[in-house]
Amino acid sequence: MNTISETRKKSLLYLDNVCVAFDGFKAINSLSFVIEPGELRAVIGPNGAGKTTMMDIITGKTRPDTGTVLFEDTIDLTKKDEADIAQLGIGRKFQKPTVFESHTVWDNLELALNRSRGVFATLFYTLSPEDKSRIEEILETIRMTHRKDEYAANLSHGQKQWLEIGMLLAQEPKLLLVDEPVAGMTDAETAETAVLLKEIAKTRSVVVVEHDMGFIRELGVKVTCLAEGSVLAEGSIDFVSNDPKVIENYLGR
Amino acid sequence: MISGFVFRALEGRIVVAVGILLGIGILVPALNLLTPPDSALHIPTYAMSLFGKYLCYALLALALDLVWGYCGILSLGHGAFFALGGYAMGMYLMRQIGSRGVYGNPILPDFMVFLNWKELPWFWHGFDWFVFAMVMVLVVPGLLAFVFGWFAFRSRVNGVYLSIITQAMTYALLLAFFRNDMGFGGNNGLTDFKDILGFSVQADGTRAVLFFMSALMLSLCLILASAIVRSKFGKVLVGVRDAESRVRFLGFRVENIKLFTFVVSAMMAGIAGALFVPQVGIINPGEFAPANSIEVVVWTAVGGRGTLIGPIIGAILVNGGKSFFTGAFPEIWLFALGALFICVTLFLPRGIVGTIQHGFRSRKAYKAAAEAEKGRDAQPSVAQAAE
Repeated sequence: MNTISETRKKSLLYLDNVCVAFDGFKAINSLSFVIEPGELRAVIGPNGAGKTTMMDIITGKTRPDTGTVLFEDTIDLTKKDEADIAQLGIGRKFQKPTVFESHTVWDNLELALNRSRGVFATLFYTLSPEDKSRIEEILETIRMTHRKDEYAANLSHGQKQWLEIGMLLAQEPKLLLVDEPVAGMTDAETAETAVLLKEIAKTRSVVVVEHDMGFIRELGVKVTCLAEGSVLAEGSIDFVSNDPKVIENYLGR
Repeated sequence: MISGFVFRALEGRIVVAVGILLGIGILVPALNLLTPPDSALHIPTYAMSLFGKYLCYALLALALDLVWGYCGILSLGHGAFFALGGYAMGMYLMRQIGSRGVYGNPILPDFMVFLNWKELPWFWHGFDWFVFAMVMVLVVPGLLAFVFGWFAFRSRVNGVYLSIITQAMTYALLLAFFRNDMGFGGNNGLTDFKDILGFSVQADGTRAVLFFMSALMLSLCLILASAIVRSKFGKVLVGVRDAESRVRFLGFRVENIKLFTFVVSAMMAGIAGALFVPQVGIINPGEFAPANSIEVVVWTAVGGRGTLIGPIIGAILVNGGKSFFTGAFPEIWLFALGALFICVTLFLPRGIVGTIQHGFRSRKAYKAAAEAEKGRDAQPSVAQAAE
């Protein structure tokens, strides 16, 4: 018991025995999952394994039927909604790149900046020099300085993915959940995204859901394999990909 | 902070539009009052009131554009806020009749005497005071929008479901206001007005001032809407329209954003109704008719949603067309309106102003692309530099 409370105390995100059923179908089945501060973790698993549902639970979109979901050991995420959780410092990138298409790249980042988000604060907001340099810094990180005045609708698929990652950076989260960041990217873009995510993970925890095994190998981090709503195997990429259960369920023979 | 908020609003197009509106607001009454009736430049009072009515409709369309064009909330019940503002003004005007009514009762309006009521209902108190009535013009629609929006947006009612319940809201109010025992004149509504602030509502001078006030309020609301839309809040608003969940996961309270916009918009609609009533001389439950609210959507779509100026042009054009058609070919007006809506949806999905704007934007983008193309030979592009 002692070791459990120890892990809990040290953890940034702590899921224990979480279950969710949709119309009787168990999407998540007694899932336990721990992320430590500063950790970069990859999550793999077949379609319907519950990867996206897990993210929905962490970000407040879906309420679990049972189980514990704690952030920084004390905050019960099951009692909060999306906006609360985002303000606590959990950022989420969707599977399909979701940016504000009718805004420029700059405006997308400005909206995402971690500033007061109330109605009147935003009505009377003016861009301060700090905010300006912060946005420029993020533009630099996601390599989009030259496209800052472009409408997001005109960006390529890969650039939209990066813009969304940039928006999450602007949000200054402690934990970043990234759903399939390299889906539909070219090999060069995939490699660059791996570099970008590793860079980001230096200052915060990141959870990456991905199907692309090459990409995960490139990240070189601890891997969790989900199947049918619970953890199948956890460990290094070589350990997980040699696990017979993982081969059976996911990788295929 | 506040000055920045207003300053941002005064972008080129808005300044021009406000200038034109205020110009019309001064010129039309001047031509009505200062030229002799047989002059070629004379604008008859009925025409001025008719155009004043269009300006009120334009304000209503602007209010709808704020929620529909920018926030993506397709309200099919904005006529209700307009009518409530109109009723608040109507109640003031009824109280001004005093003992000049048919039954000569100094306190009770005619319809109450007719219904054998002995006392003024509690909710009619205070409406003899202009300032109170004007506050109610804002508060009543605003409060309804607040209560309605509080429940609807908190329970995340979206899209077509929201449109249907707004339609149900205005229909329920229509039925309620038709009832005599509601105390708002039932079927006949409120009419037979005499004075406003001591001036006869029939007098040319009063009509002229009402016309000017319509143009002025439309201009002020246009500036306010522009300030809202161009602030960071306005960008969030467009974000809610295009990718609501993204806004939510960025930590914004989408329900508060929608609620604020909905209430501001309802208040604008209330102002429009209040200016409409003294110019047409009557307010009755017919104004709550669901079809009215749908017509507002047509005006906004024709002019171009999400452009602020488009809905103003749309409301004036469609209503001008309506006045012409219902006079010249009364039986085909509804067909013409239907055809217009279909044509706009098919051929001008951005509306008149939206299409023009888009044209300008694509031309600019095309030119920029051509420039970039030329520049490529001279110096290495970013892509080449990256390699």
